[in-house]
Amino acid sequence: MTPLVSAAPSLADVLTAAGTIPAPKVDYFAVSPLLVVFAAAIVGVMVEAFVPRESRFRIQVGVAVLGLVAGAALVGAVAVDGRVLQTAGSAGAAIGGIVGAVVVDKPALFLQGSILVLSLLSVLTMAERTVESGGPFTPQASAVPGSPAESLARRAGLVQSEVFPLLMFSVGGMMLFPAANDLLTMFIALEVFSLPLYLMCGLARRRRLLSQEASLKYFLLGAFSSAFFLYGTALLYGFAGSVRLFDIAQAISGDSGPVGKDPLLLLGIALLAVGLLFKVGAAPFHIWTPDVYQGAPTPVTGFMAACTKIAAFGALLRVSYVALPGARWDWTPALWGVAILTMVVGAVIAIVQTDVKRMLAYSSIAHAGFILTGILAYSRSGVSSVLFYLLAYGFSTVGAFALVTLVRDAGDGDAVGGEATHLSQWAGLGRRSPLLAGLFTLFLLAFAGIPLTSGFIGKYAVFSAAVAGGGWVLALVGVLASAVAAFFYLRVVVLMYFSEPSGPTTVVATPGVPVVVAVSVAAFATLLLGVFPTVVLDLTQGASAFLP
Amino acid sequence: MPWLTLIGAVPLVGALAVWLPFTPAAKARVVALAASVVALVLTLAMALQFDVGTAGEYQFAETYRWIPDLGVSYALGVDGIALTMVALSAVLVPVCVLAGWNELDPEQSKTFFALMLVLETFMIGVFAARDVFLFYVFFEAMLVPVYFLIGFFGGPNRRYAAVKFFLYSLFGGLVMLVAVIALYVQGPGGPDGFLTDKLTGLDFSGTATERLIFLGFFLAFAIKAPMWPVHTWLPDAAAEAPAGVAVLLVGVLDKVGTFGMLTLCLPLFPEASKWAVPVVIVLAVVSVIYGALLAIGQSDLKRLIAYTSISHFGFIVLGVFAMTSYGQSGSALYMVNHGFSTAALFLVAGMLIARRGSARIEDYGGLQRSTPLLAGVFLVAGMSSLALPGLSSFVSEFLVLVGTFTRYPAAAIVATVGIILAALYILLTYQRMFTGPKRDYAAGWRDLDAREAFVVAPLIAVIIALGFFPKPVLDVLNPAVERTMQQVGVTDPEPTVAGITPAAEGTTP
Repeated sequence: MTPLVSAAPSLADVLTAAGTIPAPKVDYFAVSPLLVVFAAAIVGVMVEAFVPRESRFRIQVGVAVLGLVAGAALVGAVAVDGRVLQTAGSAGAAIGGIVGAVVVDKPALFLQGSILVLSLLSVLTMAERTVESGGPFTPQASAVPGSPAESLARRAGLVQSEVFPLLMFSVGGMMLFPAANDLLTMFIALEVFSLPLYLMCGLARRRRLLSQEASLKYFLLGAFSSAFFLYGTALLYGFAGSVRLFDIAQAISGDSGPVGKDPLLLLGIALLAVGLLFKVGAAPFHIWTPDVYQGAPTPVTGFMAACTKIAAFGALLRVSYVALPGARWDWTPALWGVAILTMVVGAVIAIVQTDVKRMLAYSSIAHAGFILTGILAYSRSGVSSVLFYLLAYGFSTVGAFALVTLVRDAGDGDAVGGEATHLSQWAGLGRRSPLLAGLFTLFLLAFAGIPLTSGFIGKYAVFSAAVAGGGWVLALVGVLASAVAAFFYLRVVVLMYFSEPSGPTTVVATPGVPVVVAVSVAAFATLLLGVFPTVVLDLTQGASAFLP
Repeated sequence: MPWLTLIGAVPLVGALAVWLPFTPAAKARVVALAASVVALVLTLAMALQFDVGTAGEYQFAETYRWIPDLGVSYALGVDGIALTMVALSAVLVPVCVLAGWNELDPEQSKTFFALMLVLETFMIGVFAARDVFLFYVFFEAMLVPVYFLIGFFGGPNRRYAAVKFFLYSLFGGLVMLVAVIALYVQGPGGPDGFLTDKLTGLDFSGTATERLIFLGFFLAFAIKAPMWPVHTWLPDAAAEAPAGVAVLLVGVLDKVGTFGMLTLCLPLFPEASKWAVPVVIVLAVVSVIYGALLAIGQSDLKRLIAYTSISHFGFIVLGVFAMTSYGQSGSALYMVNHGFSTAALFLVAGMLIARRGSARIEDYGGLQRSTPLLAGVFLVAGMSSLALPGLSSFVSEFLVLVGTFTRYPAAAIVATVGIILAALYILLTYQRMFTGPKRDYAAGWRDLDAREAFVVAPLIAVIIALGFFPKPVLDVLNPAVERTMQQVGVTDPEPTVAGITPAAEGTTP
């Protein structure tokens, strides 16, 4: 195993040659969106420590929104900056970022922009306090459910505001994840965005035990998958002598590459894939999804479903297109199997779900399968279709989960109860609240991929990339799974419109301005991306080339 | 002038006007009728400018880039076949709006009429689309309004019927989606690679490829049409839908299936179409006989009409795939004629059901004496349906059978049995419902009132007019059919007859 050392010349050589550690060259402008978001997160922590309790919530929301908007603006500025545009064609050059650890190329920028926009909508849904004065989160997460401390906190009218800095850390990690240019940075990003998420899942105001269970499950399984990812990284380092994605690619394809180390490579790829596919929610690594989606506070579920998917698929794209193209013939058959399994499992098991959030969870698994078919196309149109799909699906998902937060059990007097997520409670909703039912139907039709919604263009794009790449079997399985999936989306529509109302136990809460804005934007985007997708398709096609 | 966009946009604007909160619910039907009549007038104005001499070419063409990244254009245009189908839709929608005039309470009627108008937009779009992707978009989008029309306003079993309809159609549509993608990949690509012109006469990368893509399209169209054995959604959907919706469903929507076979499957996949002929012919003949036999056995009036339609669609498919100019002209004409005669049957059925409150045939009897006009309309529409000479369906059925006989005599002979069965199901039904002594239940019934007369009069007029003088429509259809024949690369078998129009005239009494 001697080549292990000699095959890792870059850093070691540099160190010995110079005798000193070179100062890392950082392109601050290129990473400024990341810096702003992390700065906002740290400001949030400070706010939590120093600002009086009464004004914390407002300030936290303000800081988060400001950070996200500034981040999005900077992403736009970086994207139109000449350097990124000019260097898009050249290979090998380190573009911006931090000495090769972070690469800010066009796909990364598009993904970061998508994450920021969807996080912004998610923050709006999390800031909802009209329906319930305390918001959707538990006032004191540390209080044991049912304990005196909990009721004390509730009576004191405490409001959870730590969730916003947590969210900002998570967003920062998600933005770093698909921009990471070596596996260690990627691992750090993975942890940075996952750890706050584990916490946020446990913050639900109602059904706290379920929420905490979700949090624990997500944490345990997530930690497990992170370990897989790390082990895979180690094995790949053993194979290539570097954790840089580009070096791994060279080691795989180079003639002088290491000989006899295929087991290291294959095992490394497999373990790395387990870690990434877990985050994506692909079968057979999807087991956590329904429980966590159901237990987590619904706005957090929406955020996770939309943004985690974007980050994780972005990283999966980068790893498979930058680091592992040379070993394509080794891993694509396995990924084919995963894609088919994911589509089938997601669509079929969703049929028997009776809880809206669980149903949407299985639907998100099926969508992960559809997106995988785009990745497997292995072409620029494949990348472009995946980018489009992620954004389109993100909008519909955030919108759908935001609507779920509004359907409530009838509480005592004027107060509303918890969320009425059992499907039977949605019966007759179309008559009681035509607007909510209409919007939810729109999102369901988008999930089902009916033309004139964003879901159709997304599905069309990934399937056409798959067919063009020779994967018409994948596309066929995909459309059949879509037909199955349409069945359970339709069932909700039937319930809402064609069934008798379930009685006065379900009420539709009137949302405050933030949720109205979030849902309107999501619905508008769902329609716009379905009817006039050209603007975004141009963007995704321009952003479909990864830089090593 | 962008005629087709205009004709499609008018109902959409109308739907918006109907649906908007400030439109009083009681006025919804007036707005809906006005919008559909404006669309009809525009359609007629366009049809008058249609150049019959070049009816094989697309006219009133509009082409704009829509999604260049995916190769999609917004391209509309009509040849002879598409023009007649657009006209059929434009005529039937106001009729159906009028038929649903008093059926609903005002609050519900807003939704009903708005959905009807949206449906009209999609129907016109699907027939006028000259871009395969655009065709697909309309083809699938149509499902949504029909689904809600059945689900909201249908009979007791409407939920089941609506979901069944949607899932069947969506399944076919999704398989077609893969075929659409594969077709684009085979084609020249580029920002307007989905235009039908660019995809016609492709050199496919292999026979198997062409056949698979053809099957994807054909399956969707066969479900839509519907053909045996993928027909089972139609009786449920048509029986549960309100009469006006059933008319559009069977009269227009299902035609998209046969229209697609004639104007997309044949020109785009000539070799595969020829390859599939034997199987399709057999399926079509089975549909003819099976639909007729099951119609005879029905106890529900609307289900009966639905099964007769399955039989008629068998004839249409038979004519399309007989690959003769007689057969295809006959089929194209059949689509129009069947639209009108089935519409009349469904509407009379709706009027009877509104009076009796039951769709069961055995609940009726002796109506000829209490409501002679209703009985008369039913008889005329029924006679057209069983292809009585002098009524419109005869011409088309005759052409289909003649066209089929010249190439596939056996199929034609078996299909002829369908006509005899048609006489059975129509005449038996007439006998059970309308003949016999006057009965008590119909004592206070009014006959056709003015509104109902307005609804059926245009249909009966067209049925009789096209029965005696189908030439104007055939003149519009024939060039388009001939172009299709050229694209497929087939000629009529010997002995060839010079022109078919004189023959068609000669057959009418």
